[in-house]
Amino acid sequence: MIVVENIHKKFGDNLVLKDVSFTFQKGKTNLIIGESGSGKTTLLKILIGLHDLDRGNIIYDGRIFNEISLKEKRLIRKEIGMLFQGGALFDYMTVEENIMFPLTMFTDQTTEEKLERVNFCLKRVNLENKNQLLPAELSGGMLKRVAIARAISMNPRYLLCDEPNSGLDPRTAILIDNLIQEITEEYNITTIVNTHDMNSVMQIGENIVFIHEGIIWWEGNKEELINSKNKELNDFVFASELFKRLKKSS
Amino acid sequence: MGNYFFMMKRVMSRPEKYSMFFKQLKLEIAKIGLDSIGIVIIISFFIGAVVTIQQYLNIEDPFIPGYLIGLVARDALILEFSPTMIGLILAGKIGSNISSEIGTMRVTEQIDALEIMGINSASFLILPKIVAAILSFPILIILSIAIGIIGGLVGGQSVGVLTSDFIQGLQYEFIPFYVTYCIIKTIVFAFIITSVSAYFGYSTKGGALNVGISSTKAVVYSSILLLIFNFILTDLILS
Repeated sequence: MIVVENIHKKFGDNLVLKDVSFTFQKGKTNLIIGESGSGKTTLLKILIGLHDLDRGNIIYDGRIFNEISLKEKRLIRKEIGMLFQGGALFDYMTVEENIMFPLTMFTDQTTEEKLERVNFCLKRVNLENKNQLLPAELSGGMLKRVAIARAISMNPRYLLCDEPNSGLDPRTAILIDNLIQEITEEYNITTIVNTHDMNSVMQIGENIVFIHEGIIWWEGNKEELINSKNKELNDFVFASELFKRLKKSS
Repeated sequence: MGNYFFMMKRVMSRPEKYSMFFKQLKLEIAKIGLDSIGIVIIISFFIGAVVTIQQYLNIEDPFIPGYLIGLVARDALILEFSPTMIGLILAGKIGSNISSEIGTMRVTEQIDALEIMGINSASFLILPKIVAAILSFPILIILSIAIGIIGGLVGGQSVGVLTSDFIQGLQYEFIPFYVTYCIIKTIVFAFIITSVSAYFGYSTKGGALNVGISSTKAVVYSSILLLIFNFILTDLILS
């Protein structure tokens, strides 16, 4: 479980996050939604310590992340699997080397054991026998799946995903969404997905938080979202004709 | 300036895993050292030849001994041409490479990925490059001096310098400390080129355009610093 309490963040004079408090639940897919520039990526980067916060607390299962030393932060970060928007795979490493990398850095496993884990993770994301390909040889969907395989290679307690579906076709996007949800339930981990893709929200939204102008405007699950009367939320979620019709029919 | 020293403090920390550090070091030695041999040979050969020809054409006085051409070519190569000129060439070649490589990793979030894994990205990426350059540059410069002398011999022969005079000049009043001075300079240049270029790459913000800007800054700043330190070291060591 990850708890954020009264987070404030300013960039110069621009207040990006105002008094944000929320609980990201364990074993559930927690979604942060909002328009571009609403502060959701900033929140995700604050959660992993890539941005410092001005005020408030981030608590990882009782451990106050913003009050501990860099060394202790690194220990928590080893428990986090992160899926970046572009995958962030290391260009000069093969798929196998990318997934094996955290295992090589932080475990004393033999090459055979590491290879076994790599193959297990690749099988989990339906990419068997792609070990020797370079990231440049992968499609967008494959790239994301390899990034998921790398993120889960160390059995993380927390999985953080930044726009996992950006640039993917709807079918591949649903595959990625389902994979994230399955992994969350299978390993009982705390997953946070930062998205503005409404298909994802309808597919995997169990615990949703809507950020608007740096403030938590609304929170709930996908059923509550469809029936919500919140104007700003409705303007954002039902912006497209398709979702407007869905809302009417419900 | 402060950011550079802050980054260097992180760079100089103990590697997370030595096996990984040595694996990276081998790769960097191949990239920084082995891949630079070709350009060093070509430039050094022609510099040696041109220095010798220019000396020959400038010394027309029959009372000046012929071996002086070899002596001047030798000292010019050891003291200045090989460490400084090759240093500047390597600042362009290796500096831009390091800066663009690390800058691209920054804008594609690969450095963030390392940090989130709990890895000290500055140390993991930059330390092997600095160590590889410090190990490779002296060898490249010694090679440059040797090839420069061969170039001088060939260039001298083309304008009529006697081989025996040239070789006598090479051996005449040789001061071994000049080589020590050359190696000291080279090690300092290696550190400047790699650390300054890495700093500009590591602090890149934005996209592809900024990677290019960082790369240009890396070459310009490391070249200027190299020339400033060349002056300081020469003043401190030789005077």
